[in-house]
Amino acid sequence: MPNPIAWRLATITAVRPETSTVRTFTLSIPDWGGHRAGQHVDLRLTAADGYSVERSYSIASEPERPGEIELTVERIEDGEVSAFLHDVAVPGDRIEVRGPIGGYFVWEAGADAASEPLFLVAGGSGVVPLMAMLRHRARAGARNPSRLLFSSRTIEDVIYRAELDTLASAGDGLEVVHTLTRSQPAGWTGYARRIDDRMIAEVLAPLGSGARSFICGPTTLVEVAANALVRLGLPGDRVRTERFGPTGT
Amino acid sequence: MTDAGALGDSVADQVLDGNAVAGILAAAFGSEMTMVPGQCAHCGTVNMLAAMRAYVRAPGTVLRCPACDGVVMRIVETPTSTLVDIQGVAWLRFERD
Amino acid sequence: MTDRFVTRGFTGRPRSTAGAPGDAASRTPPGQYLTTDFPVLSAGPTPRTPLDRWSFYIEGLVREPRTWTWDEFQVLPARDWTVDISCVTKWTKLDMRWRGVSVDTLLEHVELLPSAAFAIAHCDGGYSTNLPLSDVLNGQAFVAWEYDGRPLAPEHGGPARLVVPARYFWKSAKWVRGIRIVDRDVPGFWEGLGYHNRGDQWLEERYSGD
Repeated sequence: MPNPIAWRLATITAVRPETSTVRTFTLSIPDWGGHRAGQHVDLRLTAADGYSVERSYSIASEPERPGEIELTVERIEDGEVSAFLHDVAVPGDRIEVRGPIGGYFVWEAGADAASEPLFLVAGGSGVVPLMAMLRHRARAGARNPSRLLFSSRTIEDVIYRAELDTLASAGDGLEVVHTLTRSQPAGWTGYARRIDDRMIAEVLAPLGSGARSFICGPTTLVEVAANALVRLGLPGDRVRTERFGPTGT
Repeated sequence: MTDAGALGDSVADQVLDGNAVAGILAAAFGSEMTMVPGQCAHCGTVNMLAAMRAYVRAPGTVLRCPACDGVVMRIVETPTSTLVDIQGVAWLRFERD
Repeated sequence: MTDRFVTRGFTGRPRSTAGAPGDAASRTPPGQYLTTDFPVLSAGPTPRTPLDRWSFYIEGLVREPRTWTWDEFQVLPARDWTVDISCVTKWTKLDMRWRGVSVDTLLEHVELLPSAAFAIAHCDGGYSTNLPLSDVLNGQAFVAWEYDGRPLAPEHGGPARLVVPARYFWKSAKWVRGIRIVDRDVPGFWEGLGYHNRGDQWLEERYSGD
């Protein structure tokens, strides 16, 4: 089994836009041993003078795709790595990766998961590891009641919008609830504010306090959501969190 | 996991969690560490390393107890090695198979 | 360093000095890049000591230790400093404007004992850093409470921080509350975990062993 701790060379095989500031990169990795939904990889960039920088990116794709992974990366204003990926990297380029990493923020569609309600909360690019979970859930044929509460600034900033619509129409128990915090399109009837206790309570209600929850996004969003869920009766060990740095969406 | 960005409570949002150093710890300890529970040497609270507050925008990384903010672990990557200070950990628990 | 794979097209942060003063290149220490913003780097939550509970002390190998309240500190002879600052994380910011009191002025209020050799700065939040006295005397260090004409913001070390421009910025201890004068060096928060004991940015003293 290849060592997930060792740095290996991946090749970028495709790049596609998700939003005006977010792109998905497909990486082909020789001897990739697979991953679990929610895990991430570390990327390392090295300049000719030896200067190097590392960043972690959650794997966006489901484990059911052998030999390749997708990373969805938001271009951050001052971000060394994201700016490089968006502005310089092209298919054919090779990049050092390490992973898969992480055992805590992971969901697998298995015996327990089949019946357990799943409550996912995302802020901006925090949706990436949760998308891996939902893609995996679909591929595994799971039908457990599931909800994604997804906070974005505007409708144009909603990452994976079309695919989420499709997943939510599959009739397999998944619903997606959006909140748009900065501006909403004409006729919008959905939530139009930052995630708060009341919103969490309303969106969780159909799933009940027996749900397992994963929350990912900027720290302030994660803490509001996690505290709300614990107050609503979810045991602490069934609320798992992953804090991203501040995101732009 | 992304670079620091543009909006929101950007100072508060810079505090991450143990997931942010999962790769560094795995490389240093030789195995996945985020699910390892540790007892805070200051207040006795036990948390998995993934749940520790991580301050990563510093000359090094500082993991703090979410209950008391005490320093649990400090990590510095020099050009040749990774230094891990665990004075703030009373114990770490590794499950055996 | 072993052979490292070099990433095509990656050069790191822009190293150009476009838009910077004419002498910027010569003022940028080796391995640094210029920034125009003021990054916040922190090892912990921002302390928030109210001014009516703030005090600054000098103690240790002095004839008589001295403590100032905030009001007493504010009436010390203060001056403006415009200095270049370098952080070990590689950013350098030129012409940063501070206001505060020189460490020389503070030390004039205590009498150093003959064995005094090092200054250990102690801070709210538990941070510490160490400097030889020779690095903080003669105008080389000050305690600042204003940055860019405004009270120093908490995330940047306010109410007051130590500033030692000739050393990497980790030595410019935020939230400083006092200086302990000692005869034997005591490595501070980062000096004890891989960072260089002295931290001269012109000699690129980043890590111990550099």
